[in-house]
Amino acid sequence: MSATHRPTETPTPTKTPTTPTTPTTPTTTRTSPISPDDFAKAVAAERAAGVIPVRHTGRVVLGALAALATVLATASVARNPSFQWGTVGDYLFSSRIIDGLILTIWLTALSVALSFLIGTVLAVMRLSANPVLQAISWAYTWFFRSVPLLVQLLFWFNIGYLYPRLSFGIPFGPAWFSFETSELISSAAVAVIGLTIHESAYAAEIIRGGILSVDTGQLEAAEALGMHPRRVLGRIVLPQAMRVILPPAGSLLISTLKSTSMVSVIAVTDLLYAAQLIYNQNFLVIPLLMVATLWYLIMTSLLSIAQHFVEKRYARGFARTSGRGPARVPKPDSL
Amino acid sequence: MAADVIRDDLTARPPAEAAEAAGAAAGGILIRSLTKSFGGGPRVLDGIDLTVERGQLICLVGPSGSGKSTLLRCVNLLESPDSGMIWVSGMLMGRHFDGHRVRALRPAEYRRQQSRIGMIFQQFNLFPHLTVLENIIEAPLSVRGVPRAEAVARAEELVARVGLAGRERAYPRELSGGQQQRIAIARALAMDPDVLLCDEPTSALDPELVGEVLNVLRDLAASGMTMVVVTHEMSFAREVADRVVFMAEGRIVEEGAPEQMFSHPREERTRNFLRRVL
Repeated sequence: MSATHRPTETPTPTKTPTTPTTPTTPTTTRTSPISPDDFAKAVAAERAAGVIPVRHTGRVVLGALAALATVLATASVARNPSFQWGTVGDYLFSSRIIDGLILTIWLTALSVALSFLIGTVLAVMRLSANPVLQAISWAYTWFFRSVPLLVQLLFWFNIGYLYPRLSFGIPFGPAWFSFETSELISSAAVAVIGLTIHESAYAAEIIRGGILSVDTGQLEAAEALGMHPRRVLGRIVLPQAMRVILPPAGSLLISTLKSTSMVSVIAVTDLLYAAQLIYNQNFLVIPLLMVATLWYLIMTSLLSIAQHFVEKRYARGFARTSGRGPARVPKPDSL
Repeated sequence: MAADVIRDDLTARPPAEAAEAAGAAAGGILIRSLTKSFGGGPRVLDGIDLTVERGQLICLVGPSGSGKSTLLRCVNLLESPDSGMIWVSGMLMGRHFDGHRVRALRPAEYRRQQSRIGMIFQQFNLFPHLTVLENIIEAPLSVRGVPRAEAVARAEELVARVGLAGRERAYPRELSGGQQQRIAIARALAMDPDVLLCDEPTSALDPELVGEVLNVLRDLAASGMTMVVVTHEMSFAREVADRVVFMAEGRIVEEGAPEQMFSHPREERTRNFLRRVL
């Protein structure tokens, strides 16, 4: 950095300063005008030994304090016998925990996949020219984003009070099949339905934001080529919207993973409920909560890594992070 | 969209106009009484009549806001006019006339019309997530159903024609503005359009890149492509245009051969405009 500002020739003092007897106090006059003589000396000093960087004393002290606090907290956690790390190790891979983990994983995967499917439909409805579809999409998003997930789960779990029997047939006419609602919809199904409906309202907004981020020129170019709207959406708009959709979508996936822990209230044996069932028998509350915590940490970390690579994939052709190595420097070549 | 069915008196068309329409049917453009306003505002286009014969290159010039771009966008149905008729190469744009009434076309029908008109945008509008080759073959594959191998071969030929052979695998971002615009021209040509509309094709380019794009357009004009070019490049208009059309406030003020337009403009407004830009 110092080399770029180096003057081409060192100014030589042509005459002595007018008031050589005046004592200079460099420590207090750092920003005051500098004499040609001192300027030359400064240039030489900078060339010889560079510039002393500013010392961020506050930053160093604060950093040291924060590091110390972290070390103390970690040590306290690691050495507190109540955590019973040995017990945590015993239960980490126990079959009941692993079963709960597997349920949590597929519950997350299924509800997120369905959420984004429904969310895409909702987003397209909201952006369509049809006012009825627009209104329905808006109302769905408004309602299901407003009702807490826990309330929805309890509501869907108790839907049998509202509709004791479900039947398939001609509306207001004869029924072909008829089921007890509580038989047809298991707790696990309730969990999927509740999570999907809740998360799809968020997914719709994420996807709509992504679609709106695509430049209208792209739509015009596609339209001018005579492309079908479905093809424009799938080939031109959504791939470009992905760049904007993916970061919040990754957050939604991770938040859904954690939200699945709420299904324990409707007796679905996910990771958390599996841990609760065990500690209700042996009272090892803290170690089993730590087991669940560790698994949530591991899954979230894996998802974050996966998200990084997926984002890279969709950055193709865009400047900031090119999917295939650094972008070549544009070289204008004439005909 | 304002009127799904539009009353029309084309049945009472005088013979001279019918003859002109016949000329336009064979690859030209005929525009009659075109009006357009946005959201009930003032008329952006206020009764445009324009004839472009097959193989001609027309330069549309005029101050910004004079309706040049809107006129182009109406021709390829990116905007729907309030009233008036546009005929391109035998197609009544956006309308169907059964001998008695005129009705608006269904989406599939007007998409077919759009696919036969090439459009070049000021901002290129290449698809940034697709390579040069993918940009060019997209519409031939998905709109025309051309076999992939054939589309690729044709695309490579077009890339070479605009002087960028070997850059098929590049992404638009890796190309200069001039190169991107040349690829955009290749993309439009891949659909074998009847006419090519260029909306300020060089306005977004650095001055030293303007020439390479104009060269491609010049070659196209020489090959007999019917073209309408909205431009501020007066020297290009003077050199290449068969006719220069001067627009202001949604109307065609004056049109004529470039030599006459630039040397002896008849209208005061044309003179004022040319004095400012030349």
